[in-house]
Amino acid sequence: MQHIISLLMENESGALSRVAGLFSARGYNIESLTVAPTEDETLSRMTIVTSGSNEIIEQINKQLNKLIDVVKLVDITANGDHIERELMLIKVKADTNEKREEIKRQADIFHGQILDVTDTTYVIELIGEGSKLDAFIKAMDAADILETVRSGATGITRGETCLRL
Amino acid sequence: MELSGDDIVTQFLKDEGVEYVFGYPGGAVLHIYDALFRQDAVKHILVRHEQGATHAADGYARSTGKPGVVLVTSGPGATNAVTGIATAYMDSIPLVVLTGQVTSQFIGSDAFQEVDSVGITRPCVKHNFLVKDVKDLASTLKKAFYVATTGRPGPVVVDIPKDITDPNIKIPYEYPKSMELRSYNPVLEVIPTQIEKAVDALLSAKRPIIYSGGGSVLGNASEELRTFTRQLGYPITQTLMGLGAYPEPDPLNVGMLGMHGTYEANMAMHECDVLLAVGARFDDRVTGDVKQFCPNATIIHIDIDPASISKNVQVDIPLVGEVKHVLKELSKTVTATKRKPDEKALNSWWDKIKDWASKDCLRYDRNSALIKPQFVVEKLYEVTGGDAFVTSDVGQHQMFAAQFYKFNEPRRWINSGGLGTMGFGLPAAIGTQLGNPEQTVACVTGEASIQMCLQELSTALQYSTPIKVVNLNNRYMGMVRQWQEFFYESRYSQSYINALPDFMKLAEAYGHVGMRIDKPEDVEGALKEAFAMKDRLVFMDFITDQKENVYPMIAAGKGHHEMHERELA
Repeated sequence: MQHIISLLMENESGALSRVAGLFSARGYNIESLTVAPTEDETLSRMTIVTSGSNEIIEQINKQLNKLIDVVKLVDITANGDHIERELMLIKVKADTNEKREEIKRQADIFHGQILDVTDTTYVIELIGEGSKLDAFIKAMDAADILETVRSGATGITRGETCLRL
Repeated sequence: MELSGDDIVTQFLKDEGVEYVFGYPGGAVLHIYDALFRQDAVKHILVRHEQGATHAADGYARSTGKPGVVLVTSGPGATNAVTGIATAYMDSIPLVVLTGQVTSQFIGSDAFQEVDSVGITRPCVKHNFLVKDVKDLASTLKKAFYVATTGRPGPVVVDIPKDITDPNIKIPYEYPKSMELRSYNPVLEVIPTQIEKAVDALLSAKRPIIYSGGGSVLGNASEELRTFTRQLGYPITQTLMGLGAYPEPDPLNVGMLGMHGTYEANMAMHECDVLLAVGARFDDRVTGDVKQFCPNATIIHIDIDPASISKNVQVDIPLVGEVKHVLKELSKTVTATKRKPDEKALNSWWDKIKDWASKDCLRYDRNSALIKPQFVVEKLYEVTGGDAFVTSDVGQHQMFAAQFYKFNEPRRWINSGGLGTMGFGLPAAIGTQLGNPEQTVACVTGEASIQMCLQELSTALQYSTPIKVVNLNNRYMGMVRQWQEFFYESRYSQSYINALPDFMKLAEAYGHVGMRIDKPEDVEGALKEAFAMKDRLVFMDFITDQKENVYPMIAAGKGHHEMHERELA
């Protein structure tokens, strides 16, 4: 099963490679990883999407916690309700009127925004859960997709539970 | 006090109470070596290869319980140290390794003797640091010692660029007495309800066994382990890393378990209904096939590292905390319940164990005209009164030493259990001897292993460490040969060493005493003669039976009940 693990870590050089190295050294799956500083500049927040059996996920949580730079960690999938969001930018071929209308219509359905327009291309921005972005890609004609870039998922728990110091 | 970075390093080590630094100089650490020259509080032990420095510091740490300290230069100095760092990491040994680094401004430019030491060591350290500002030097060193020695111990690397130790830049220095890290809080105290669950399971057991590992040694829990085991009267088995925490010549001790463990220990593991694991990590050499591991047991696991719980084997009752503390709590709670172990069940369990033990699984041919390696270790045990510090390398001799030297005390048996590093024994013995100057130190090794860090014979002369080297010389890489005999139809591919040195002359060339022993009747006399030379390193080259194997043996991936035994004519 897929899990989203959020963690706060010391904003030190090399912290990212400790996490990435842990996953490769122990053979864990890593589907996406995002990291950026937080409002507290001494801390970075990382979101890792991973998958595995319950035992593996438990080990991943423990091994991450064991890293000296990791201050706090929560498996937001295991911790009940959460919100997951990912950003995708997708560049598609839009070189006929028919295509331009069709793509615009699809983008509207998915609440996407067209950010760039040329005679032959669109760049569309889409935000949502990973599955929604997957669905949009499926909805496009594969031959028309020129480029996609995805941020990897970020997530936060609903309600009053917080990942903070 | 205003100090420059080089003096901060030596002053800090002094303030931290460091007795020895094991190291080798080079360009990036020359400032620090100059500072070492200008003081005499911290003694430097000059090794002949950086791997030797890490193993010597490791032997010092294992035998004394204090952290081992290493100082090496950048590039090859650091990479040579990596094997020793990984060795310490696998066995959770507290080391602080200071590596020199090229001047900050050259980092990343492929400068002379530059290597990304932090990157290279990352997977085999508990933590590592790159010092970026001399103002952070003292606090980083403190963090390194704190992290290395607390919780589950381990090696910590501090990479120090040359400019950080510039003698011309002075800053205020004050020894940081304590250290807190918000991101590092080892769990020390166990949850009380877990103790109650564990005690209930233990007292309900019909076929219990205690399985104790290196954590009992590292956690200084020997006394608590003895008290608790005797309180219950349960059988105890120890891992290769745990030997001596519970005395081996003891009626409750059923011997080592695992791949080359005793028949009774492994069978008791296989048939137990309650297993209490104490500071052990369910290593594959212990468990064999995890699917067949203790198939009917409720498993209780004491460990200071939560990540050890249910890593290889699913645990029913985890007890996370310091082994010492957890055992005390268990002991107290057992006393308070006023419940007693099921005596009838326990008696019949012991009958079964004694029946297994009657197989005498460690038997070997005592009438051989050739020197049997087991015989040498037995005599070593007798001659040293079972009281020596014994280091070993890796292979058959290591297993013979573990099986036949009966350790009474923890920290006496010093070997590379996790990483299995050939070359460990001799430098580890040097560190052990320096840490325990009045004690007897023996290094049980083989002619293959000893050659991997042989150059340290020179270090042993320089610092007059009167180690007794017991070389079990069978002209083969014995364990490789054994596996080739069992699993490769005796195709001895590259395991025979065809051009061995004359070890007696070699020892003499290094300024030591050499002996060569090739008859069983000479073994005891040679050992007595060697150990009588209190101030000399004596290298005893025992020419042993070439084809001797280590028994019993559980082949990799098999269950505890599937042991190979020795056939004796």
